Amino acid sequence: MKVLTLNFLTCAVKTCKASNDSFPLHPKDAELAKDGVEINPQLLVNVLPRIDWTALRTTSTELGFPALPEQPPTAEDLTSDEKMLQELHTLLLETQMLEGKLVCGHCGHEYAVREGIANFLLPSHLV
Amino acid sequence: MTSLPSSSAAPAVAKLAAAAAAPGHDAQAEVEAEAYERTHVHGVYEAIAPHFSATRHKPWPAVASFLQAQHPGSVGLDVGCGNGKYLRENPAVFMLGSDRSAALVALARSRLGRSEEPDAAVAATTTTNAAAGSGVEFSHESGAAISDVLVADGLSLPFRDRAVDFAICVAVVHHLSTRARRQEAIRQLLRCVKTGEAPSGQVLVYVWALEQGNSRRGWDEGGEQDLLVPWVLKSTSQTQQSRTLRRGLDNPTTAKQDAVVANKSGEPPAPTMPAGDGPAAGTGGVGHTDPVVFQRYYHLYRKGELEEDVLAAGGVVITSGYERDNWWTVAANEAPPSQSEK
Ligand SMILES: [Zn+2]
Repeated sequence: MKVLTLNFLTCAVKTCKASNDSFPLHPKDAELAKDGVEINPQLLVNVLPRIDWTALRTTSTELGFPALPEQPPTAEDLTSDEKMLQELHTLLLETQMLEGKLVCGHCGHEYAVREGIANFLLPSHLV
Repeated sequence: MTSLPSSSAAPAVAKLAAAAAAPGHDAQAEVEAEAYERTHVHGVYEAIAPHFSATRHKPWPAVASFLQAQHPGSVGLDVGCGNGKYLRENPAVFMLGSDRSAALVALARSRLGRSEEPDAAVAATTTTNAAAGSGVEFSHESGAAISDVLVADGLSLPFRDRAVDFAICVAVVHHLSTRARRQEAIRQLLRCVKTGEAPSGQVLVYVWALEQGNSRRGWDEGGEQDLLVPWVLKSTSQTQQSRTLRRGLDNPTTAKQDAVVANKSGEPPAPTMPAGDGPAAGTGGVGHTDPVVFQRYYHLYRKGELEEDVLAAGGVVITSGYERDNWWTVAANEAPPSQSEK
């Protein structure tokens, strides 16, 4: 599971969706790996406005990466700064969470991540 | 050749619908519908995953063109992504695929990480079927894909509200056993996509049609809509491979063998095996060469029904159509007021 994916995920429990605490989910015991993915600058620039930057900062810190700036880079920042582009690419698309758990900050439910795949199936009492 | 007939699921579905209609029994009815789908949908896909996957290579043209039309850098969902055949259709978008079947998601993930189409032999084999109208070839495979997959139930999607630009849901909604659940699945898709000016926030839903006058399945207008459709696994060796594959391994040889049985719709052709009820989703205890028959539940959509379900789910229909035994529709959330005032 990629860090970019985590930016779109919230708790699967319906009653949690209204709560701000259910997003982002919090990685726990995360085992990370880096996959080589070809960089696509245009895609990154276009994906940027779709990202919840505050949540990404939280996720990045929780995964043990250096703190991201408070404000997201602009499209101009990204296109003119190759290093920044590469770092963002690595964080969002190349960093994989292979094992661990994703924890909902509202209900506390833990979703398992195994072999890079997060499982959001709920036990019947939570559906 | 004798064909293995489909059978009616009407009594079972009527029971589920009655349970749902009984006052104060909503929760119990949901549990029963879910249990029914576990047996006649989820359990089947878990067991037949690699076999099924090997027959799923060619995108439906309506789905392919919908994906190709998305802007670079768009973020999209593929709910019920199966083996992930649509996740690389447009390499300029970030696709998040989800499926209820962990076995299929594992297959999809292994395909995403590959730098080339692993089942090239299969693609070559199935081109013979292209003459029968299977559409364009599965392509666009180069390097590890940027898309990602996860396991989730379509009725409890873990995506935040209004987060993505578009969603597709292909051959999924027809597996839900009550109308309320089918509409809820569409409501969930609409919840995840943006509200705004077109083409933002579009949802493509694709389901099997009742009207299949040109297919040999024999289904058509006025017929039974709730059916159990058999899927035959030819031998226990395949079942064993399906167990192996469930652990995330792959076996292109199996894929190659199975591809031969794919016909134009991607469904298995009329099997030559003896008819019989067979185990619903069971395994075990079968002899060496006995076929295993799995019964998958389908609700065949009649003309206009998909649009009705979109409206019931709070959406609007942008466009819809019919494509080789399937109905499809592109839906969206109601446009924001500022737009309709124009
Ligand atoms: Zn929660």
